[in-house]
Amino acid sequence: MKKDYKKLWTLFKTMFVLSACTFGGGFVIVSLMKKKYVEQLKWIDEEEMLDITAITQSSPGPLPVNASVIIGYRIAGISGSLIAVLGSILPPMIIISVISLFYDQFRSNKYIAIALQVMRAGVAAVIIDVVINLAKNVCKTKRVLYIAMMCAALICAYFLNVSAMIIIFVCLGIGIADLLIAKKKEAR
Amino acid sequence: MPLLLKLFFAFIQVGLFSVGGGYAAIPLIEEQIVDIHRLLTPEEFTDLIAVAEMTPGPISINSATFVGMRIAGIGGVLLCTLGCIIPSFCICLILARFYYKYRSLGGVQTVLASLRPAVVALIGSAGLSILMLGLFGSDIFSFEISDFRIIEFIIFAAALFLLRKFKISAVAVILGSGVIGTLAYTALGAV
Repeated sequence: MKKDYKKLWTLFKTMFVLSACTFGGGFVIVSLMKKKYVEQLKWIDEEEMLDITAITQSSPGPLPVNASVIIGYRIAGISGSLIAVLGSILPPMIIISVISLFYDQFRSNKYIAIALQVMRAGVAAVIIDVVINLAKNVCKTKRVLYIAMMCAALICAYFLNVSAMIIIFVCLGIGIADLLIAKKKEAR
Repeated sequence: MPLLLKLFFAFIQVGLFSVGGGYAAIPLIEEQIVDIHRLLTPEEFTDLIAVAEMTPGPISINSATFVGMRIAGIGGVLLCTLGCIIPSFCICLILARFYYKYRSLGGVQTVLASLRPAVVALIGSAGLSILMLGLFGSDIFSFEISDFRIIEFIIFAAALFLLRKFKISAVAVILGSGVIGTLAYTALGAV
C-alpha cells in the first residue's frame, strides 16, 4: 500500500511539472509525457502512448486533461485518473489566477514577452526529438502502408490544414479495411 | 439560475463540445462566455486569449480559470474548471476501460497500428508549426531570410543536440532556452 502512495505521488508530481511547462498546445504535452512516462519511468510502452494520443485527440475536452485521465487510469485506476488530472490542471489554474490579478503588468513586461518567444525554440526541439524517435519506429515496421500513411498525414496536417480528428478517423477507416483484407486472405 | 450555476453549465458545454482541442475551443468559449451569458466583453475575451496563449496549460482550462476568477474569485475558478473537465473525465475513463479491455485482441491491434503513423505525423506537424513560429515568427512554412531569428536557431540546434546526445530532460530544455534566450537578447540590447 505504501508503494501505491509513492506511485501516486510520482504521478501527481510529474503531471504537475509537465503541465507547468507546456507552452503551446496539446501535442507539446504529449511529447513531454512520452519522454517522461515511456522513456524515463517506463510505465507505459511507446505504442500504448500513441494509442492514448489517438484516443485523447478523438474525444472532447482539453487534450492534456484527456491524456492525464487515461494515463492515470493505466497507472492506478480511477484514483490514478483523479490524481493525474489534479496534477495537470493545478498549474494553469494557479498561474492564470495570479495573472488575472496582475494582468496589465504581465502583458506589458518586455522580458516575459522575449522569454516566451525564445522558449518556442526549446519546445520545438523537444517535439522534433520525440518525433524523430517515433518516426524511426514507424519505419522499423517496414510496412510501406504505414510509412506512406505517416507522410500523407503530415502533408495533410501541416500543409493542407486538415483537422486532426479527420486524419485520425480516415486512418481508422484504413485500419479497418486493412484488417478485413487480411481476414479475407486468411479465409482463402 | 444563480450566476455560479450558469457558469458551471456553460463550461460543461465547453468541455463537452470542444473536440479537437486547443484552438477549436476558442469559438465555443466565446459563444458561451461572450454571446450567451455576457460574462466578459469582447475586449476582455481578446485579452483572455492573449494570456491563455502566453501561459502554459490548455486554453479551455485557462479561460475557465480567468472567467471564474474575474466573476466569482477562487470559488468561481474551482467551479468553472470542474465544469470544464467533468465531460472529458467521464468520456475518457470509459474509453480507457474499453481500450485496456480489448487492446490485446488481434483485430484491435491491427486497427490501432494504423492509427499510430497518423499520430506521429500529427505530433510532427505540431512540431513544425512551433519551429516555424520560433524561427520565423509565423507558423506557415516559409524561408523569409529577413524574418530569420538567429538566436532562436542557435538555441533550437543546441537544444536538439543536447536532447539527442545527452538525453537531458525536456523541462530543463524548455526553461533553459527561455533563460538563455532572454539573456542573449538583453545582452544584444534588443529589449
